[in-house]
Amino acid sequence: MHPLSRLLLALASFLLIGVYFLPLWRISLTAPQYPEGLGMLIYVNTIKGEKPHDLYNINLLNHYIGMAPIEPDKIPELKIMPFIFAFFIVLGLLGAVTGKRRLLKLWVALFIAFGIIGIADFWWWEYRYGHNLDPNAPIKIPGMAYQPPLIGCKTLLNMRACSYPDKGAYLAAGSLALGVLALAIDALYQRKKKAAEALAS
Amino acid sequence: MKGGGLGSKAKKLALALFAVAGAGVVVSQAKLPEQWKEAALRVYVPPGEYDEFYVFFSGGFNGQIGVHGIPSGRNLRTIPVFSVNPENGYGYSEETKNMLMTSHGWIPWDDTHHPELSQTNGVPDGRWLFINANNTPRVARIDLSEFRTVEIIEIPHSAGNHPSSFITQNTEYVTAATRFSIPIPQADHPIAEYKKWAKGTITFIKVDNSEGEHNNRMEIAFQLLVPGYDYDLAHCGKGPSHGWCFFTSYNTEQAHTLLEINASKKDKDFILAVNWKRAEECIAEGKGKKVKTKYYHNYIDPKTGIAVAEEKNEVLILTPKECPGVAYYLPTPKSPHGVDVTPDGKYIIGGGKLSVNQPIHSFEKMLQAIKNKDFVGEIEGIPVLRYESVLHCEVKNLCLGPLHTEFDDKGYAYTSCFISSEVVKYDPKSCKILDRIPVYYSVGHLVIPGGDSAKPWGKYLIAMNKITKDRYLPTGPELPHAAQLIDISGEKMKLLLDFPTHGEPHYAQMIPAELVVKRQKKIYELEKNEHPYAVKSEKEAMEKGVVRKCDEKGNCEVHIYMTAIRSHFTPDNIEGIKVGDVVYFHVTNLEQDWDIPHGFAMFGAKNSNILIMPGETLTLKWIPEKPGIYPFYCTDFCSALHQEMQGYVRVSPKDADVKLCWSLGNQKKCAD
Ligand SMILES: [Cu+2]
Repeated sequence: MHPLSRLLLALASFLLIGVYFLPLWRISLTAPQYPEGLGMLIYVNTIKGEKPHDLYNINLLNHYIGMAPIEPDKIPELKIMPFIFAFFIVLGLLGAVTGKRRLLKLWVALFIAFGIIGIADFWWWEYRYGHNLDPNAPIKIPGMAYQPPLIGCKTLLNMRACSYPDKGAYLAAGSLALGVLALAIDALYQRKKKAAEALAS
Repeated sequence: MKGGGLGSKAKKLALALFAVAGAGVVVSQAKLPEQWKEAALRVYVPPGEYDEFYVFFSGGFNGQIGVHGIPSGRNLRTIPVFSVNPENGYGYSEETKNMLMTSHGWIPWDDTHHPELSQTNGVPDGRWLFINANNTPRVARIDLSEFRTVEIIEIPHSAGNHPSSFITQNTEYVTAATRFSIPIPQADHPIAEYKKWAKGTITFIKVDNSEGEHNNRMEIAFQLLVPGYDYDLAHCGKGPSHGWCFFTSYNTEQAHTLLEINASKKDKDFILAVNWKRAEECIAEGKGKKVKTKYYHNYIDPKTGIAVAEEKNEVLILTPKECPGVAYYLPTPKSPHGVDVTPDGKYIIGGGKLSVNQPIHSFEKMLQAIKNKDFVGEIEGIPVLRYESVLHCEVKNLCLGPLHTEFDDKGYAYTSCFISSEVVKYDPKSCKILDRIPVYYSVGHLVIPGGDSAKPWGKYLIAMNKITKDRYLPTGPELPHAAQLIDISGEKMKLLLDFPTHGEPHYAQMIPAELVVKRQKKIYELEKNEHPYAVKSEKEAMEKGVVRKCDEKGNCEVHIYMTAIRSHFTPDNIEGIKVGDVVYFHVTNLEQDWDIPHGFAMFGAKNSNILIMPGETLTLKWIPEKPGIYPFYCTDFCSALHQEMQGYVRVSPKDADVKLCWSLGNQKKCAD
């Protein structure tokens, strides 16, 4: 592997450490009687309210329409994700140290796959969460589902729900971009090396 | 067609109002004269925007504090202090009823007069508000982070606690003093022997200003025993005069009947100057005597929200004779009312209410006269200073009935004049009158933001008037008291707004809103609630449920652990309660969101409802008298399903064999 690629891969791996401290996604809710808004921050291992009691209050409001309470302890993804990111950090660093090109390729491929599966899974969680309603809920509106958008804003009854990736997700995307760049530089370098070898022979 | 109908209806209504109002005029906004258009723009606060200042009016005979926003005059809240308040259960709930304990027993009412904001370096800081109870002498402290009365201390050896609650520049002390002199200690005497038994006290309450959440902050440091006159108002010095407090006195004639005539005879009464730093020295030297007495000190434990009522049995009494230099009398014309110290602390203005000239004493001259022993007499160990030696000037022909003075940011003084119904502006240094403005009618006190502090903010003045007559739409013989907002930012005073108030505001405090806004609590943290009957979840409420304990005589007490959350109580069905049980509903509001209180009202309960703030636990007592089904419900419209927020208690005859059970939906539990 080209030394610059090794450096970039190491950097990409280190960047991922930040994912443990920054929220990946932010879902915010506003309504006429919530001028200050309610917000939910999704981290690798938990879901927190944007302000101290936001999650508690979101769950309280959700009980009217029969949505299940959001209990971070009961979401399996939040238990697995920290290990997945740890795996990418270790794999990336291993690639940087050994300089094995196969490891870099594997890292980029797995990361892309993980990104796609992760986002799809998040959408699926949102779908189930918004559609799986208690039939005994006080407020029932036929045909109404409360799935928040994946990216963007949507009005759900009196609430305007907005969902956007947050700092952690940008960091992961940046890390992936560095990995891809490392791969490109190395490919260019290999091609040049091959051309030089051909010329020499 | 529809519009026309409404128009004629409005016209009819306007005519009717005109007829009822008599001399009043129903104003059409469109034809507002230029002068009022300008004023309207000054006081209009657009929807959703905040006022610039808070004003805290004492409520007088309602025993409360009225909070308004200025310049709009909008009434924001009433804070119950010395009077029960069925609106939220203050004084009725098991948690708050101890706040109203006194050595005379539990008292549901008092008369509030003089609120005073806490200060740091002579500037109001927005932490607390103190206020006096005039009838059964007490001083209360309100925490402005929650707009709640959190502490009340009773003043022994006092009657008519009027010259209260004035503070020193760093809130070291709060003052209290006797309006009515009485025998100390209390005893049976012929009233006519007034001169033999009458004694006054000046009380200094020490305030604990340390950080942290605790409410037992006030403590009576000492009481100065003074001659038996009527002490009226007070203010403490600041800057150069820090260390001194000044009290007006009248009835130095010592009349006990028809005071109107008999206490108005003398040409001069007194301002009593008390050197509290000197008092501290004397006390440190072991002077003063501990005297047995009885008074209450009540405060809310912030951990549980429960008021503690502590009985106290001793107070330190100091006499001027054993502590020379602690007090001096400054002769002051004609039954002075207010005593007000200029922001620089150099001048002391007496409101000689029956004099047309306003005397201004000089603090510097007072010190000089003390040094020179320039006395004209001595009363019970208190030297009387020579009037001419302490006087800075008399403002000639100020007005009729000057009562009280406050100051603006430019050093000018404003005095309220009761008899001539006006406010007069003058320069206390040059003693020149600058402006006067009529008020409607018979102004008592006035207030300027920070107007009795070392750094007034100026800008506005509010006159608190005693007579209203035709100012508003009439409401029968009993009318609201009027307040008038006056612009004092320019050379000439300008009337801006006239608005009604609650009770009788005797005095007020005004402060820039941001100093109070930044301290606001929005909820009580449920996690930190240490109330012994608090439950933190519905699960816990169902587990603890209902506990019934009976003594050997068969008297039973029932404690119900209950939660409230939008939109149900847990539990909401209770059976097995018997006639005569003393039932306590301990309701915890599980909400943690701003402005989501729940109420709780019990059919037939002889107290009030309780209004429970998010994270708080309050308790309502109820003794059922007849078998039956008794509903309870949430009194505060908390949600779309508020009307569903209700439940039932089944009350059975005393000897009935009904099991004690509680339930919510399909969850049910019974006592073993
Ligand atoms: Cu409610």
